Amino acid sequence: MERLNPRARSDPYGSRINRTQSPLRAGSVPYLSIMLGSLLPVLLIADVMPVVPPLGYLTLVAWRLMRPGLLPLWAGVPLGAFDDLFSGQPFGSGVMLWSLTMIAFELMEARFPWRGFWQDWFTAGLASLLYWLATLLLSGARVTPELLVVALPQALLSVLLYPILARMVASLDRFRLARARRIG
Amino acid sequence: MAPPSSRRSGFSKKAQFSVFTGYLLAGAGALLGFGLLLLSLWQPAAFAPLRGAAGDVIAPAGEVTAATRTGGQGFFAGIGGYFRAGSQNAALREEIELARIRLAEVEAVRAENRRLRALLDLRADEAKPVATARLVGSTAASGRRLAFLGVGRSDGVTPGMPVVSERGVVGRVLETGRNSARVLLLTDSESVLPVRRAKGDVVAFAEGRGDGLLRVRLVNLGINPLKVGDLMVTSGAGGYYRPGVAVAIISKITPDGGIARLVAEPSATNFVAVEPIHQPDAVAALRAPRAPLEPEGEPAQAGNEASPAASAEDRR
Repeated sequence: MERLNPRARSDPYGSRINRTQSPLRAGSVPYLSIMLGSLLPVLLIADVMPVVPPLGYLTLVAWRLMRPGLLPLWAGVPLGAFDDLFSGQPFGSGVMLWSLTMIAFELMEARFPWRGFWQDWFTAGLASLLYWLATLLLSGARVTPELLVVALPQALLSVLLYPILARMVASLDRFRLARARRIG
Repeated sequence: MAPPSSRRSGFSKKAQFSVFTGYLLAGAGALLGFGLLLLSLWQPAAFAPLRGAAGDVIAPAGEVTAATRTGGQGFFAGIGGYFRAGSQNAALREEIELARIRLAEVEAVRAENRRLRALLDLRADEAKPVATARLVGSTAASGRRLAFLGVGRSDGVTPGMPVVSERGVVGRVLETGRNSARVLLLTDSESVLPVRRAKGDVVAFAEGRGDGLLRVRLVNLGINPLKVGDLMVTSGAGGYYRPGVAVAIISKITPDGGIARLVAEPSATNFVAVEPIHQPDAVAALRAPRAPLEPEGEPAQAGNEASPAASAEDRR
């Protein structure tokens, strides 16, 4: 009788018994990915207009919509403060807007507990449009008509980015809960 | 995905309290954010130390991307150069002939200039840069046009210092960290810069419009003497910038001045130099008596109060 392939009964993470997820990874991946989203736009030189959508905020929205109950209701405070350090907005705008977002999503979820992808996209698009307008108004600079016009592509990109971000958050979630630790 | 059942509190007192506490903390956070926002709109420099420390952390990563960016630009420029190498070669040959002649003329003018300066006992004030660095990043997701610089307080950089590239003015240092600094670019809609036309005595202010162009507003209204293609340079009024550095080129005429394009685009620069404040005494004198009246004390606004100094600068 031929010998069985030793990996025949295992999945990509190894043997399927005696394995559990890493608590560190399960707890930290959402926060780290949102903070990375806040940091990425800093590395580009944008001298003419705001070119990058607010990636940190969009990642927060995606995590909140994809995994309800994972981020606590007050998560907008520390994450928004971190975003304020790098975004160029006056300190406090992120803390306020991200907290309001979390509260609004909580109330929305009490009304619509079961949602589909299109409904989530609509919610995320509406939230990112409101956030785009609020950040422009609260940026501390004079809001000129020209500024609003050149920032329009940013609003469009933030709405269109949600499906891609939702995919990324889904794969990050798989990575977050992958079996990594041997028990027993 | 539906919310997990832990969010439904039911009759459990503990679950009810934890849901209530969540709402309480989030509401308090929103109020706290509103308070911080009002504070930082009223006193923009209030959280500068925090932002400085954060900038120090991100600056090394920015150095890497800055090096990659300039490398990439050179690579694509090299490819583009092959397509029109022949005609460009001939044009450049002709241009260099003319440039050689002009250079000889400039040498003569420079010698005369030196002689006249010696006669007047004026020192030639060549600004020695405080530091040279790369622009390591910018606030690409925000409506503000701020850039991050890879040098900070430990290199002698202080807020207010002008930042120039080899082409012209890029902006002014706004806040400093230990090893990083924030630069207010000219295109930010809070940036105001006193300028004059390179040829002649037309004094104006160049304000950022927020869309990458500058609005040039003349100080003396009347018949608009500006023409498309005029080069605007710093006038030195206000004391921050040394006079005669290129700022922008007029691309459109408006009734009160013009719309101008930047000469030194920050995204196309490799290294920038931080120069000392041209006349620190003048800056201090302009800021000191105004401080109790205007709590904002934005350095950008200092140019507005300097119109008498601007005319004095031009008479000289």
